[in-house]
Amino acid sequence: MRGRNIREAVIRAFFFASGILAVLVLVGIFLTLVTTAVPAFREIKIGEFLTKTAWDPTSPEEPEYGILSMVVSTLLVTGGALLLAVPIGIAVAAYLSDVAHWRVREVLKPVVEILAGIPSVVIGFLGLVLVGPALARIFHTGNGLNALNGSILLAVMALPTIISISEDSLNAVPKAYNEASLALGGSRWQTLWRVKLPAGLSGIIAAVMLGMGRAIGETMTVLMATGNARAFPHGLLSSVRTMTADIAIELGEVPYYTTHYYALFAIGLVLFIITFAVNLVADLVLHKYQEREQ
Amino acid sequence: MKISTRKGILQAVGFLALRAAMGLVLAVLVLFLYDIGRKGGGAISWEFVSQAPRKGMTEGGIFPAIFGTFLVTVITAALAVPLGMAAAIYLHEYARQSRLTRLIRLSIRNLSGVPSIVYGLFGVILFVNVMRFGTSVLSAGLTLGLMTLPWTITASEEALKTIPNSYREGAMALGATKWQTIRTNVLPYAVPGMLTGTVLGLARAAGETAPILFTGAAFYLPFLPKSLSDQFMALPYHLYIMATQHHAIQQVRPLAYGTALVLIVLVLGLNMTAVILRYRLRRKQR
Amino acid sequence: MNRTLIIAILTLALLGPALPAKPAGKMIQIKGSDTMVNLVQILAEEYMGKTPGAAIAVLGGGSGTGITGLINQTCDIADHSREWKQKEIDQAWEKGVTPRFIVVAVDGLSIVVNEKNPIDQLTMTQVGALYRGEIKNWKTLGDFQKPVSLYGRQSNSGTYVFMQEFVLGNKNYSPDMKEMNGNAQIVEGLIQDEGAVGYVGVGYLYDENRQIRKGLKILKISKEPNGTGYLPTDKAAVDSGAYPISRPLYMATNGKPKADVARFLGWIVGPEGQAIVEREGFFTIGEGKYKADNDKAFK
Repeated sequence: MRGRNIREAVIRAFFFASGILAVLVLVGIFLTLVTTAVPAFREIKIGEFLTKTAWDPTSPEEPEYGILSMVVSTLLVTGGALLLAVPIGIAVAAYLSDVAHWRVREVLKPVVEILAGIPSVVIGFLGLVLVGPALARIFHTGNGLNALNGSILLAVMALPTIISISEDSLNAVPKAYNEASLALGGSRWQTLWRVKLPAGLSGIIAAVMLGMGRAIGETMTVLMATGNARAFPHGLLSSVRTMTADIAIELGEVPYYTTHYYALFAIGLVLFIITFAVNLVADLVLHKYQEREQ
Repeated sequence: MKISTRKGILQAVGFLALRAAMGLVLAVLVLFLYDIGRKGGGAISWEFVSQAPRKGMTEGGIFPAIFGTFLVTVITAALAVPLGMAAAIYLHEYARQSRLTRLIRLSIRNLSGVPSIVYGLFGVILFVNVMRFGTSVLSAGLTLGLMTLPWTITASEEALKTIPNSYREGAMALGATKWQTIRTNVLPYAVPGMLTGTVLGLARAAGETAPILFTGAAFYLPFLPKSLSDQFMALPYHLYIMATQHHAIQQVRPLAYGTALVLIVLVLGLNMTAVILRYRLRRKQR
Repeated sequence: MNRTLIIAILTLALLGPALPAKPAGKMIQIKGSDTMVNLVQILAEEYMGKTPGAAIAVLGGGSGTGITGLINQTCDIADHSREWKQKEIDQAWEKGVTPRFIVVAVDGLSIVVNEKNPIDQLTMTQVGALYRGEIKNWKTLGDFQKPVSLYGRQSNSGTYVFMQEFVLGNKNYSPDMKEMNGNAQIVEGLIQDEGAVGYVGVGYLYDENRQIRKGLKILKISKEPNGTGYLPTDKAAVDSGAYPISRPLYMATNGKPKADVARFLGWIVGPEGQAIVEREGFFTIGEGKYKADNDKAFK
C-alpha cells in the first residue's frame, strides 16, 4: 500500500513540475531579459534611452540609444491597425452571432480561422508585393513601404483574434437578455446594438486588447513592409521602424556583449513589459466579466 | 419585420453594414489566397518540391527548406506536446483552486502573448549560448517548442474537459488511484483530442520566422541537416530571403510566390486536418 | 492518426539519404556581406561542382554579421565589403582570433537614381550631403521638382559602413533613409520610386541577361566639384581610382588559410574564380597591390 502511495506521489510531482513549467518559463524570460539588458545602462542613461528619438548605435560620431521613435512607430502602426480592425472585427463578430444563418456560420467561422493561420512572413510578403504597390499608386508616394502598409497588414492579423473572442463574448450573453428585449418589442438590431453589445462589452474589450498585443508583438510583417527608417514618424505615409523590426535587423550582426547587444535586449524587455501589461489588463477584464456572469 | 418602419430601416441598414464587414474580410482573404495561388502555382512542380536550389538560388527547388521546416517542427512537437499534455493533466486532474493554480493559468495566458522575437532572444541566450547547443535545428526547435507550449497546454486541457466526470468517478469507486484512473479512464479517450488540438499549435510553429532567425535558420546550405546540431533551411525564412535579401529578387519573385504557396498549403493543410479530426471526434463523442 | 504521423516521419527519414550525402570532409561555413553573398554562392556552387568532397555553406547576414561570426568562431570565412573597425580587431585579438584578409574582387559602389531623374552626375560632396539628409529636394541639384527619397542598407551592412566612412565623412546618416534588407531591395525601390536614390554594389545593376536593369540610371561621380565624372562600370576608372567610390571585397579567415579553406580561396583568386567574378559584374583583383597582399596573407 505504501509503495502505491509513493508512486502516486512521484507521479503527481512530475505532473506538478510540468504545470509549474509555464510559470518558470515566463519568469525565466523576464529574468533573462533583465539580466542581459541591465549592463546596457552602465553606458546609457535610462532617461535618454526612453525619451530620446535618435537610435544610431553604430554612428561614427556618437552612438545614440534613444528608442522613443521606435516606440512611437510601434504605437502608430498598432493604432492604425486597431482603427481598422476593431470596427470591422466587432461587426463581423456581430454578424456571425446574430445575423448569419447557423449553416452559414458553420462555414464562415472556420474560414475566418484560415485568416488566422496565414503565417506572418506570408502577410509581410503580400505587403511587399501586393498592398505596398497598391498604396503607392493610390497615394502617389514613391513606394508603399510605410506605416499605413504595416497597419493594414497588422489589422488583417489581429482581426481573427478580435472576431473570435468578441463572438464568444456575444454568444455568452444570457438568452434572458435577448428574450426580454425582443419581448418588449425591440427589433433584432436594437437588441444587438443596445443590449447584447453593451452586455458583452468587457469580453469585446478583452478581445481588442489581445488583438492589440498581437499587433505590438508582430515582427516579420512590419520588418518587410514598413521601410525601416529610423526617423521619428511624421504620418502614416512615412517609413517607420518598430521595436520588433529593430531587434530582428540588428541582433544578427551585433558583436556579443557590447553595449549595443545589451541595448537590444533592453528593447526586448520594453516589448515584454508592454505586451505583458496589455495581456494582464485583458485578463483582468475577462476575469471580472466572467465573475459578473456568475 | 416591416422594412418601411423606422425600426425596420434601421435594422436593414445595420445588418447590411454587418454583412458588408463580413464581405470585406472574406474579400481580403480571397484576394490574398488568390494572389499567392495564381502567382505561386506557376512555380510549383515536382522539381520545385523535391530539389535543392541551384544557380545562386535562381533555379531548382526548395526541398531543403521543406525538410528543414519538417524537422524543426518535429523537435518542437517533441518538447511541446508531452509537456503540454502533462501540464494540462496537472491543471485539470490534480490541481485545486488555489492562488498557485491561478498563477499558472495566468502565466500560460501571458506566455501566449509574448512576442515571437522575444522568444528568439530567450532562445539565443538559453539554448544557443548557455546550453551551448549553438545555432542549430535543436536550438530553433526548442525555442519554437517553448513558444508553442501555451497552445498545447490549452488545447490539451480543452480535450480533458470533454471527458465526463462519470468516467473518473467510476474508476475511483472501484478503488483505483488517481494515476490509475487517469491512465485507464481518461487518457485513452482524451489523447486523440489532445493531439488534434496540438496540431494547430504546431501549424503555427511551422510558419514562424522570428524565433528561428538567430537560433539556427540559414540562407543557403548545400546539404540537409543530418544531426541536431546542424543548421537548417526553413520555409518561412526562405520566403523572407527570397523576397528581401536575394541578389535578384525580381527574377526569383515567382519562386518566392511558390515558396509562399507551399508554406500556406502546409500550414493550412495541418489546420484543416486538425479541424476535421476535431469535428469527427466530437461527432463520435456525442 | 499516430500511425500516419510515424509513417510520415519514417518516409522523410528514409528520403534523406537519397539526397546528396554529406561528405566526410568538414563543411566550410561562410558568413557575411550581402553585397558578396550571391557572388560567393555562385563561386561555391561552381567550386563544389568541380571538386568532389567539397562542402561549402554560404550564409548572408551582412559584413558585420560575418566579422562577428569570425570573432565568435562560428564560421570559417567572413565575407566583408568594408574594412574591420579597430574595435572589431581588438575584440578578435582578445578572443585569440588573428584575422587574415584576402581580396577576392573589387566593387564599384554605384550611386543610382530612377530613370526619370534628369540629373546625370554628382560630386562626392553632393552625394554625402544627400545621404546626411542635408538636401531634401532634387531641385537643389538640378531641374527636378521631387523630394529626395533615400534608400540604403542597415547597420550590419559593409556597404552602409563603407559609405558612411568614405562618402558621408563619418557623419550620421539621415534618419529618413529607408533601410532595406539587401541590395536587391534597394534596386526594386529605385525602379518604382521616381524620387529615389540608392547605393548598390555594381554587380546588382545587371539582370540575368547581363544588361543594365530597366528603370535605373547610374550616376557619374566626380571626386572634385568641377571634375570629370566617371561611371562605376568603367573598369579603367575604377582601377585607377578616378571613380572615387570603389572598394575591395574581402574574405577573412582566422589565421593563415588552411587545407580546404586555402584551396577554395586559392581557386577564387586564381584565373577560374576571377573569371566568375568578372562574369557577375564585379572587377578582378588585377596584378597589382591586391595580388601582392594576398600572396602575403596566404603564407
